[in-house]
Amino acid sequence: MNRFSYVQAASVDEAVAALAADAAAKVVAGGTNLIDLMKYNVERPTRLVDITRIPGLDQIEETEGGGLRVGALVPNTAVAYDRLVEERYPLLSSAILAGATPQLRNAASTGGNLNQRTRCYYFYDPQTACNKREPGTGCPAIAGVNRIHAILGQSEQCIATHPSDMAVALAALEAVVHVAGPSGARRIPLADYHRLPGNRPEIDTTLARDEIVTSVELPAAAQEFRANYTYLKLRDRLSYAFALVSVAAGLTIESGSIRKARIALGGVAHKPWRRPDAEDLLVGKPASNETFARAANLLLEGARGYEHNAFKVDLARKATIRALGQAAAATPQSQVDKRIR
Amino acid sequence: MSSSADTRSPTLPETSAVTLTINGETRQIEVAPWTTLLDLLRLHLDLTGTKKGCDHGQCGACTVLIDGKRMNACLQLAVMQEGRAITTIEGLAADSRLHPIQAAFVERDAFQCGYCTPGQIMSAVALIQEGRARSRDEIREAMSGNLCRCGAYPNIVDAIADVLAQGETTDREAAQ
Repeated sequence: MNRFSYVQAASVDEAVAALAADAAAKVVAGGTNLIDLMKYNVERPTRLVDITRIPGLDQIEETEGGGLRVGALVPNTAVAYDRLVEERYPLLSSAILAGATPQLRNAASTGGNLNQRTRCYYFYDPQTACNKREPGTGCPAIAGVNRIHAILGQSEQCIATHPSDMAVALAALEAVVHVAGPSGARRIPLADYHRLPGNRPEIDTTLARDEIVTSVELPAAAQEFRANYTYLKLRDRLSYAFALVSVAAGLTIESGSIRKARIALGGVAHKPWRRPDAEDLLVGKPASNETFARAANLLLEGARGYEHNAFKVDLARKATIRALGQAAAATPQSQVDKRIR
Repeated sequence: MSSSADTRSPTLPETSAVTLTINGETRQIEVAPWTTLLDLLRLHLDLTGTKKGCDHGQCGACTVLIDGKRMNACLQLAVMQEGRAITTIEGLAADSRLHPIQAAFVERDAFQCGYCTPGQIMSAVALIQEGRARSRDEIREAMSGNLCRCGAYPNIVDAIADVLAQGETTDREAAQ
């Protein structure tokens, strides 16, 4: 780990000022990703700005509109087992519990989960080239070991995926990220929070360098998926592994036909992958495998794999059909008993 | 912390005082910002029961309780633990009476080489306190953050299941 200075921010303004004052400063909260990356010398901040003592960021509150606002410092465990989250947004609880371990979920924060970095092997190894870590050096993953890499939205510069499970559920729930910076507060819809790599793969999100996440808002409307939802996660071992493919699905069904659908894929792109036209295609249709297959085909349109991950294209298509079936039948995937039903 | 930190030689670590409670004893310790809680315990305080396995939050050998919650000590900076209460494997036995999880691990022979055992035990203690796991599947899932390269998993699950069953017996007795 490189040498750095440490400062505790007492307020959001102090944290923002500390970031603005030092271009190589980084925010630390749960530390589960940043400290790990620092041990590998992938992240080398000159200064760590500890935001964990800022009051008011560790609460889950009801919003006036009937949604919930989850403070940026609320640990993943506390979100997953929050009574109101379980009741209104069980998809979010399920996705969080599909990820990491109890120890990591106890430490990891809501904001940090969104801002965690890819687990691409090359990104993690400073001995290799990586356009995300060192822009312009190349992407060895494209012709290298790419089992865990992207099949959608990738670029010639980067085929990394975003590793979060939580963010995939937030995408399906159309959450809003509240952030604060030198010029005040703003809100970023989750769909716009993470970005595709394009020719700037070193930038993961639309959060500015001197902004911090203050909360994540769960809209009231997304409660309508609380009966018909699933988070289906497929991976190389049954627990404590990142998704090869995951699907967050939410449906509302009236007398056998679909009124509203939201589908987000994890493990396949640089951000949770949505196609609103694939979701719209389900509206007014019966909840059948035939309908689900048409939506899955559109969702996977343009997908392209590499030597070790070409299987993901078909896996993601089939996982989408299975997830929509689980959601329609109100039999969400268990995050304890992993047998796929 | 002064802004002069940036101009100091990197060979002269800037330390700060952190006050924390370790196994019931409150201590003030000078630490460099990059010292992890795991290194503080092992290298500064000679509490070597907490093990360093992967040092990347993947194996769980360094599991400790921070304010009652299980976490990987290798991913926590010591300087961030101001005011927190840390419980390590050394703090479990009371008056040389083993914690029920420790006793169950002995009874069930829930280890082989023993290196992962302190982390397994701390994680299992938290699992019991959390009160969410009941079935063997749930125990296995809730212990997924603790790897055992010897493969003692079946006996580890047995040990935890024993303590859960004891708890249910105690609850029933209390209810009667």
